[in-house]
Amino acid sequence: MPAPLRSLWVAITLAFTGVASAQAVEVKAAVLRVDYQKILPISRFNLRPFDLGFAGAALADEDNSTTGRFLGHTYETQTFAVTADEAEAKARELVAGGMPYVVVVANGADTLKVADAVAEAGGITLNAAAHDNALRGTECRANLLHIAPSNDMNADAVAQFAMWKKWPRWVLIQGSNPADQELGQSYERAAKKFGAKIVESRTFEDTGGTRRTDSGHVLVQRQLPTFMQGLSRHDVVIAADNTDYFAAYLPYHLWDPRPVMGSAGLRPVTFHAAHEAWGATQYHTRFEALTGRYVHEEDYNVWLALRVLGEAVTRTGGNDVQTIRDYILSDKFELAAFKGQKVTFRDWDGQMRQPILLFDDHITVSVSPQDGFLHQTSPLDTLGLDRAESPCHAFN
Amino acid sequence: MKTLLLTTALVIAATGVSANRAFVTNERGNTVTVIDTNTWQVETEFFGGNRPRGITISPDGKLLYVCASDDDQVKVFSTETLEELYSLPSGADPELFVLHPSGNPLYIANEDDNLVTVTDTESHTVIAEIPVGVEPEGMAISPDSQFVINTSETTNMAHFISTADYEIKHNVLVDQRPRYVEYTPDGKRLFVSAEIGGTVSVIDVAEDGTPNLVKKIHFEVGGVTPEWLQPVGIRVTQDGSRIFVALGPANRVAVIDGATLEVKDYILVGQRVWQMAFTPDQKYLLTTNGNSNDITVIDVAKEKAIQSIPVGQQPWGVVVAPH
Repeated sequence: MPAPLRSLWVAITLAFTGVASAQAVEVKAAVLRVDYQKILPISRFNLRPFDLGFAGAALADEDNSTTGRFLGHTYETQTFAVTADEAEAKARELVAGGMPYVVVVANGADTLKVADAVAEAGGITLNAAAHDNALRGTECRANLLHIAPSNDMNADAVAQFAMWKKWPRWVLIQGSNPADQELGQSYERAAKKFGAKIVESRTFEDTGGTRRTDSGHVLVQRQLPTFMQGLSRHDVVIAADNTDYFAAYLPYHLWDPRPVMGSAGLRPVTFHAAHEAWGATQYHTRFEALTGRYVHEEDYNVWLALRVLGEAVTRTGGNDVQTIRDYILSDKFELAAFKGQKVTFRDWDGQMRQPILLFDDHITVSVSPQDGFLHQTSPLDTLGLDRAESPCHAFN
Repeated sequence: MKTLLLTTALVIAATGVSANRAFVTNERGNTVTVIDTNTWQVETEFFGGNRPRGITISPDGKLLYVCASDDDQVKVFSTETLEELYSLPSGADPELFVLHPSGNPLYIANEDDNLVTVTDTESHTVIAEIPVGVEPEGMAISPDSQFVINTSETTNMAHFISTADYEIKHNVLVDQRPRYVEYTPDGKRLFVSAEIGGTVSVIDVAEDGTPNLVKKIHFEVGGVTPEWLQPVGIRVTQDGSRIFVALGPANRVAVIDGATLEVKDYILVGQRVWQMAFTPDQKYLLTTNGNSNDITVIDVAKEKAIQSIPVGQQPWGVVVAPH
């Protein structure tokens, strides 16, 4: 381990005046967002703001710069929205242009392409949006760190709550798109892991049907209950709809009156604008003053990615890519993220350990991991694939 | 409210004012609870502004200062009549503050603005605004009044601000989310709690005034998940022999030996223990318990919790009026 790392526990005491020239460190990062042709979300509450993700970067730059001021560190993060076709070339260009830290907001496939291009050019990528398990497993990359939780982590967060509630009999309703099917598999795995029983699984076909038309609810009200008819006795309906085309319609349109969890009803999220515990109110105050809107998960994830970088720069006193990466993955790294306990990284797959908030689109209903789910290292490792189960070998 | 104040005035008239009084801010209830520290009875409760948190008292014991966080001001009450006398400009979202030993000025942490505001308690004006780290919270003043210390929760530093020119002279990096800072009475040492880091940093001040981080105190309680051991409030006895650290959701106060810096014991108190205050004779230590809506009275000599007293909603800060 390099000397700077060993000396981290030693206080960095610096005179405020005149320090900048002595320890000047410039940290340049980029946020690369891939924009897709997408249908509108079911609820207009979920419309994508034009500065989605980028707003989190603006706040992170402010936060990091305020801290950096005392250490002579400066932070500059540039933001780019590109199409999927442009993503790889842009990623290479960013690293070549002196921005070796790339936060990517994209789907799994494009995140991987960007990560490979960034790694080839000598940078590291922080994934702020893609939930694909494979990115932490068979397709993991040594220079790709994940702020966004995996589908497995989200499914485990929901599963633990269901089990804490003693609701072990589940009906799984999954979408027909590959992303929905993968999430469905995560729920199947979570059921096995925590002792739930999926009494029946049904697929809701994506036929590209009606959406927010002015009388859409009439059709939904007639069709969904019949789709949900004739199920064995169950405690809860789990929805796996990563593409957001049906799950939001499920609550109140079931045949049997049951709570909905997963992609609708009680949803696993990294953060939301109503979350107030653990100082989060202060985060919202700063974010809303800066952007004039509520925070989205992508904003928080990008903010957190850049705070991870800022924390590593603060503690190591430098911006060397490899040193920063190694520090982030070391057991010395810890960061407060307004979630009641420090977030850290799994050194076997680059995934951030973090509590998952369970959100009913109004308040924080609960936070997983739940009480009683124990782990020899950290209760946070009860969410997602543990070291022994991981098919990722890029970090060995 | 008027009726309440009148009633209070009558109660005071009837019982005399010689007894010590503890004042507890109730963050969610927007009130201040008044407790007689001789009988441990609640005397009354009065409106303390919106989201009252930090609370302190003037050296003569006459003025009660309350950070009314959501009102963006510091409210000043008479400790005798409990009447609101006036308010002081504080900057946005005041959370914690520290009063100069002379009673003037007041140094206030503005959580939302990354500032420490210095307010003249006599002219009621802002003297200075000092840019500090992100989410300033903990505040302390050195016994010789040379330095005001502020901790910033997201920057994770203790900032040493000169009271002479309001410049930051030193920054010490500590663990995640530093909440509170407390000097030993001799001014040679400071303790900084890091809520999410789970540690208390021990900083020694060299002869020339340079602070050096010398140790980090860790906590361990059987049967309690390490993540719940979140140090917040700190109090040091007058003789420096013991340090008490409130451990938030662990519902315990740690007792640390001032000489060895080893944790001696953990005292079980109410839920989400936050801030603490000694009685003037240091016989008792009061803790605010934000989730059980009460305060715990600790017998300092015996290091035992002896009583709990229900107060308002989400008690946050506490101060005991000197004689």
